[in-house]
Amino acid sequence: MMTTRTCCGRQFNAPQYSSWSLEANSHRNNMGAVQSGPTEHEFQDIADRTGFSLEQIRNLHKRFKWLNNHQETLRREDFEKVLNLSLNPIRAKIIQAFFDKRNFGMNEVGLVEEIGFEEFLTVMSYFKPPNKKLTEDETEALRTKKLRFLFNMHDTDNDGTITLEEYRHLVEKLLSTCETLEQDTAQDIADAAMLEVARTTVVHMEPHEVYEGVTFEQFQQILKGIELETKMNVRFLQVNTTTMHCGK
Amino acid sequence: MGGHWISLHFLTFVTITSLLGSGAKGEIPPRPINTAGPPITQNNGPQSFPEAAKTNLPLFTVDYSRIQIPFEITLWVLLASFAKIGFHVYNKITIWVPESCLLIAVGLIVGSIMHAVHEEPPAVLSSNVFFLYMLPPIVLDSGYFMPTRAFFENIGTVLWFAVVGTLWNSIGIGISLFTICQIEAFGVQDINLQENLLFAAIISAVDPVAVLTVFEDVNVNEQLYIVVFGECLFNDAVTVVLYNLFNHVAELPVVDAPDVFLGVARFFVVGLGGVLFGFLFGVVASFTTRFTGKVGEIEPLFIFMYSYLAYLVAELFAISSIMAIVTCALTMKYYVEENVSQRSCTTIRHVIKMMGSVSETLIFFFLGVVTITTEHEWNWGYISFTLLFAVVWRGLGVLVLTQIINPFRTIPFNLKDQFGLAYGGLRGAISFALVFTLPENIGRKKLFITATIVIIIFTVFIQGISIRPLIELMNVRKTNRNLDTINVEVHSRTMEHTIAGIEDLCGQWSHHYWKDKFIKFNNSFIRKILIRDSRAESSIVALYKKLELQNAMEILDSVSADISDTPLDELLPDKKPSSNPKKKFHATDLRNMHDILSKNMYKIRQRTVAYTSKYAMPNDTRSKEILIRRHASIRRSIRPGSFQNPDVARSHKYLSLPAGQNLDSQFPPKRMSHVGDSDTMSEMGYPAVRARFGRAQRPSSSSGMPLQMLDTVREAPSSVSLVDEQQPLRDSHSHSHRAPHLAGSRAPIPRQRNGSSGDNGDTARGPREEEEEAAGEEEEEQQQQQPLSPPHSWAPARQGEGRAQAPLLRPQWKPRPQPRP
Repeated sequence: MMTTRTCCGRQFNAPQYSSWSLEANSHRNNMGAVQSGPTEHEFQDIADRTGFSLEQIRNLHKRFKWLNNHQETLRREDFEKVLNLSLNPIRAKIIQAFFDKRNFGMNEVGLVEEIGFEEFLTVMSYFKPPNKKLTEDETEALRTKKLRFLFNMHDTDNDGTITLEEYRHLVEKLLSTCETLEQDTAQDIADAAMLEVARTTVVHMEPHEVYEGVTFEQFQQILKGIELETKMNVRFLQVNTTTMHCGK
Repeated sequence: MGGHWISLHFLTFVTITSLLGSGAKGEIPPRPINTAGPPITQNNGPQSFPEAAKTNLPLFTVDYSRIQIPFEITLWVLLASFAKIGFHVYNKITIWVPESCLLIAVGLIVGSIMHAVHEEPPAVLSSNVFFLYMLPPIVLDSGYFMPTRAFFENIGTVLWFAVVGTLWNSIGIGISLFTICQIEAFGVQDINLQENLLFAAIISAVDPVAVLTVFEDVNVNEQLYIVVFGECLFNDAVTVVLYNLFNHVAELPVVDAPDVFLGVARFFVVGLGGVLFGFLFGVVASFTTRFTGKVGEIEPLFIFMYSYLAYLVAELFAISSIMAIVTCALTMKYYVEENVSQRSCTTIRHVIKMMGSVSETLIFFFLGVVTITTEHEWNWGYISFTLLFAVVWRGLGVLVLTQIINPFRTIPFNLKDQFGLAYGGLRGAISFALVFTLPENIGRKKLFITATIVIIIFTVFIQGISIRPLIELMNVRKTNRNLDTINVEVHSRTMEHTIAGIEDLCGQWSHHYWKDKFIKFNNSFIRKILIRDSRAESSIVALYKKLELQNAMEILDSVSADISDTPLDELLPDKKPSSNPKKKFHATDLRNMHDILSKNMYKIRQRTVAYTSKYAMPNDTRSKEILIRRHASIRRSIRPGSFQNPDVARSHKYLSLPAGQNLDSQFPPKRMSHVGDSDTMSEMGYPAVRARFGRAQRPSSSSGMPLQMLDTVREAPSSVSLVDEQQPLRDSHSHSHRAPHLAGSRAPIPRQRNGSSGDNGDTARGPREEEEEAAGEEEEEQQQQQPLSPPHSWAPARQGEGRAQAPLLRPQWKPRPQPRP
């Protein structure tokens, strides 16, 4: 975990994940010029890597700038300022996902303090609608990727299982908008859900064994029926929406 | 086998038709018996009518004309329903041939019989009858059972196809037909443009009930399903509006520009007006049910009356009554279902389904009859071109409209979906009824009727039968819609929230955003006004509860799965898959069943308690409802007089218990302790044995939980002891008195409550109050009084027979055989 942060040392916190933000930082002095953002070339580069179209990247970049008040990186506080998000029961988990190294595709674990535009886009790209023509394998890969993202969201301690504690926490969060519910209910539901997983996925278990939590394979299994490809999508608009916002 | 049954029904049909035939003429006059003098009076004898002598009272009269109409309607409905039973006797028919085909076929046969004996079908189907009595149930049915979430997620596409698609079809077919009419060879030059448009509007109403059944069975993807569903619903509305419009226009000698403009404007007024009225009535209906708790008997009535009122008022103002009733149903559904009791809810659903299917059955049946019995005007050219255009325009329409709508969809329709959409455009009941009720002044009405019947029969038979193999062959994208697990719900919700969050972050909003907003608004305002107990409930909690109930019911059903085929299957499609494996299971090993059942029961009680205790209110309706549903399912399971083994009868005495006494709570349920419990992995994954000893972990709130224990090994003995101690006299009564006690005090035993309360002199209190009270009062004290393990002194001998838990369960399955005193 990188906890230290100084004004000038900012970009060094996560160098390898924010290669672009480093780059951008070198332009920092030039800022003040009209939209001194990344160049078209850089956009193209990102587009190739993340699969977004240039137009979408431009939009998201505007949004990115808007979110962080034209800084180079995003920090948790920036996220928490978004008004609509603050009503979201699982906002903590969503925000966490943006700072989770596991989601950057670098096979590393841990959390970062701030992210650059590229990380922002990488996380966003989990929600890209699938292309029209995908082979069976590609669909499956996409599915696994999205599932892994979800799984990571729940598996906060990265031990490969969603433990009961984590599950309870999730359900409590989900139910936190209903004021009238007692906490026990959330726990009961989480318990029942765990039981359900155990029942449907564990073939056989010795009496002395203890069910530790949902593994990724089991997670995949219980969500087998859901059409993730169609559900976990955000339609990233091609048009400029910054004028339509009403958040913050 | 099917053939056998159908032929058997033909016999019935013949009989009934001959009856109907004579009825249709209404010619049986009252038989005159009156002119008789004193001798007849004498014959009568003093014992029957002593005063007959004075007034010449007829001994026997037949006044058929008085009852003719309702009588005939009843017979027709009955006949059509018999036909339905016939189809379902042999299941395989309905898998491969849609029910509407079979109905039409039967109608054709009945029609030919009637034709052979020169009978006229009753003139039941007039315009008024259709619009005021037959149409509302059909539409209410589809409106009420519309999958709301999917609908709102796809509302744009649905409306696009329903409104624009229908307009496209009507205008396209109408104009092409008009062109055809100009060809002299066909000899139909007298059909003008307006009439052609009217006819086209009629035949562009798709009615894919048959297709929807197929789609459901093969689990096609939700998007396709809902678009077909919504299209059929709203396109009825559009068609009826167009129909009235063109009907009006067809009577005008000349149509000029302002008329067209007014027509278009009227189209919107009619549609939106209907939505507005429906919404208003829906809100009022929801608000009313807030206060109907005390009058449970008539609760369902409000729903029907308000929907019908919405329909009638919309008719009154000549706005779209279909839109009104659909919007009304959509608006009130959730609020009403939350306000009314479970029983009323079931009633509402059943009645809506029943009326809808009766209406539709009648129309299809009638279609078959009319096809044979009316005179047809056959015109090869016009009819075959109609058929051609109907198919071509439908296909074109789907292609073009999808191209336009696809860029706006997150998940675009691919070619296979489009094929499903186009091929699913069957014509049905609405088209037929509309054409049949055309005013007489349309010159070529007979031709139109013939053409419509041809189209309906063509689409229903050829497309309807072939769509299932085609869809399966093409491997259209599928969605598993039967996923009712807590995990799926939890993770779906998580996903929705995540997506809403991501959308917030990138400043773009889709339906997730609006859904979030609506739910918030709904919870903070609407529910407070419309719902009695307005605590917002997360869908996860709701599902959790639903699963509990379903679980309880399923397990009870599984006892009897092969004895009484569950009639609820239609209403609860998600139960179907689960019941099949159990059938086999039960058939093979009854003993094993007992064992498993006892475990299951234990689990249910346990889990149910876990949540009901949280929701315990002074009058906990939820637990009552569980009871009711369990009663209902047991009642069903017991109906055929199953489990007639002597053991059961004998063991009743062990279970007898005064109604006021409820020992259920002596084994307080333990809250679920799941993870780490080895027995959570037991046979069916149910924590069976272990929980029994976990008394220490009682749920915090211990309010009335009338769900009974099936842990009968202990329970039964204890009840004996109570009987012995407290009511020795009664114990000497016949056993048949005691079984009812049991029924009164135990949830899973549905029968003979009245008997029990009467027996106790406790008639004033409703049986359910008893239960509740009993459970509530006694739970706490029992907990302390009862030792951890029951005293053994009075344990019945059977316990020693080595049947650990299951055997004593059986009596609870079979309260029925006891004769009432």
